[in-house]
Amino acid sequence: MSATVATPKREKPGRGGTVLRGVVLIAGALVFLFPFYYMVIGSLQRTPDSSVTGAFPNIANLTLDNYEAINSRIGLLTGLVNSGIFTGGVILGTVVFGMLAGYTLSVLQWRGRGVTFALALLVQVVPFQLLMIPLYVLIARDYGLADTHLGMILPFLINSTAVIIFRQYFLQVPKELFDAARIDGASELRVLWNVAIPLVRPALLTVILITFIGPWNEFLWPFLITKDASLQPLAVSLANYISSVAASAANPSGAVLAGAVVLAAPAVALFIVFQRYFTSTDIGSGVKG
Amino acid sequence: MTATTPAAPPGAVPRKADRRGTASPGGGRRKRKLLGENPLGLLFSAPYLVFIILVFAYPLVFAVWMSFQDYFFAAPGAVVDRPFAGLDNYARVLQDPAVWRAFGNVGIFLIINVPLTVILSLLLASALNRAVHARAFFRVAYYVPYVTASVAIVGVWLFLFSGNGLVNNVLGPLAPDPSWLINSQLAMPSIALFVTWKQLGFYILLYLAALQNVPKELYESASTDGAGPVRSFFSVTIPSVRPATVLVLLLSTVTGANLFTEPYLLTGGGGPNGASTSPVLLMYQRGIEQGNPDVAAAIGVILVVLVMIIAFIQRKLAGGDES
Repeated sequence: MSATVATPKREKPGRGGTVLRGVVLIAGALVFLFPFYYMVIGSLQRTPDSSVTGAFPNIANLTLDNYEAINSRIGLLTGLVNSGIFTGGVILGTVVFGMLAGYTLSVLQWRGRGVTFALALLVQVVPFQLLMIPLYVLIARDYGLADTHLGMILPFLINSTAVIIFRQYFLQVPKELFDAARIDGASELRVLWNVAIPLVRPALLTVILITFIGPWNEFLWPFLITKDASLQPLAVSLANYISSVAASAANPSGAVLAGAVVLAAPAVALFIVFQRYFTSTDIGSGVKG
Repeated sequence: MTATTPAAPPGAVPRKADRRGTASPGGGRRKRKLLGENPLGLLFSAPYLVFIILVFAYPLVFAVWMSFQDYFFAAPGAVVDRPFAGLDNYARVLQDPAVWRAFGNVGIFLIINVPLTVILSLLLASALNRAVHARAFFRVAYYVPYVTASVAIVGVWLFLFSGNGLVNNVLGPLAPDPSWLINSQLAMPSIALFVTWKQLGFYILLYLAALQNVPKELYESASTDGAGPVRSFFSVTIPSVRPATVLVLLLSTVTGANLFTEPYLLTGGGGPNGASTSPVLLMYQRGIEQGNPDVAAAIGVILVVLVMIIAFIQRKLAGGDES
């Protein structure tokens, strides 16, 4: 922005500023997107080519073999299904229980509301990793939920950020709408189902997107709780492949990158298709409360 | 971070209760006084409250308790004696050079990651905020790394930053030897850069939200007073987004303290020679791999206390009280 220092007073930033801003934005986008491009290119190379020319597609060196190779080693479909069950369970729990909590935190007056909201904010700054050891003892040892999908889902069941986003959306609904329904004799559950939920439908997609990132990408917890390979989400089985072949392999990078593409693709696709439900206002309200 | 909300005043209740009429007005009123105007709120929130108690509150207390016990894994259901150990675990942790190393590593990480995150995300967010064309494209491009699994991105970074990887090929004679991730001087800074890059999109969105709330009049009056774009960036933008900055500082510090996946995979378990071990990786190694959960819990408690101290200092320095 220093290029615009010299612009005369009381004038909009000149052309120099606009050009500089464009350059910054495009350079940023390149830095963020290049590794993804390189991930795809690398996953299609027959022999890994890390020279500068290797960054461009070379017809003679393209193959889908790497996808077959990684699939035969870690079972991509099993991994995807496990990731799907893990993520789906968390989204279901968050949407059902999180919406109920968000509704009560905004619309209903009850003792303990302030404390519950403060807890929802506080929970977001507790490093989850600190809880890893006690949660492992409780869930794997005491409850015997090691190597189960339930054990995987439990610590993530209700996303607190989602609770706060639901609350924020419900707060924007005029109180009169709820009161009118109550005067007509609707029960609280009916008010929620017939009045509140239809009004916050846009929030639902935002919440699903935000909740999706957590379990789909989570590594540490499912890694601790699943030793059985047939139950591991894709992030865990791919990580195990990376850490076990990193030392030995002759050419593992193509297979690793193919696995990485399969793991990344659903999240990236989802966020491109629904990008307008993942905007700064949603995130701002979600984190700040 | 508004910690206080208009909580239900427990006393000021019966107004609506009378209108709606209850079977036993006297008893209902007393119950309402105890539970608030709408006790159903408690019922609807119960699953969430139980979840918080089960998954956050109880394990938190359990972790602290465990750090003062001689705790070890036992077969499920077995009743074993786990004597109170006082500060033994803490003494053991503090005498362990690997622990000091790990905390030092996270210090290096934070010194690189936190300022870089704040500066770059504010810079890109303000450029994006005033961009006219292709805003959605840039926004998506910036947060794509944030929504992608670390494990997937680690795969491509290993390929990019390996000894004969693309980065070293581009750098040519300037390439570090030994290469980035196996160089004890560069392993931790490489991880810090990786995490900065990966998380930046999220913080850009946070700043973007803050920037959109800055009143346009402030810029207009600054420009009337003769301030150029650079001057108004420093005297209007930066003070106006201070609450967001406090939040970015806090969240990036917590993310740094939580570091696990990157040292585990990117540098092959905190290598070379512990140069990139993080406290959480150490907790995993000591607690789960070596079967000393009590020691791991003590490391965790120290970690959280340190994070709280750093967050408090940041809040003081950045003037978070105004938010």
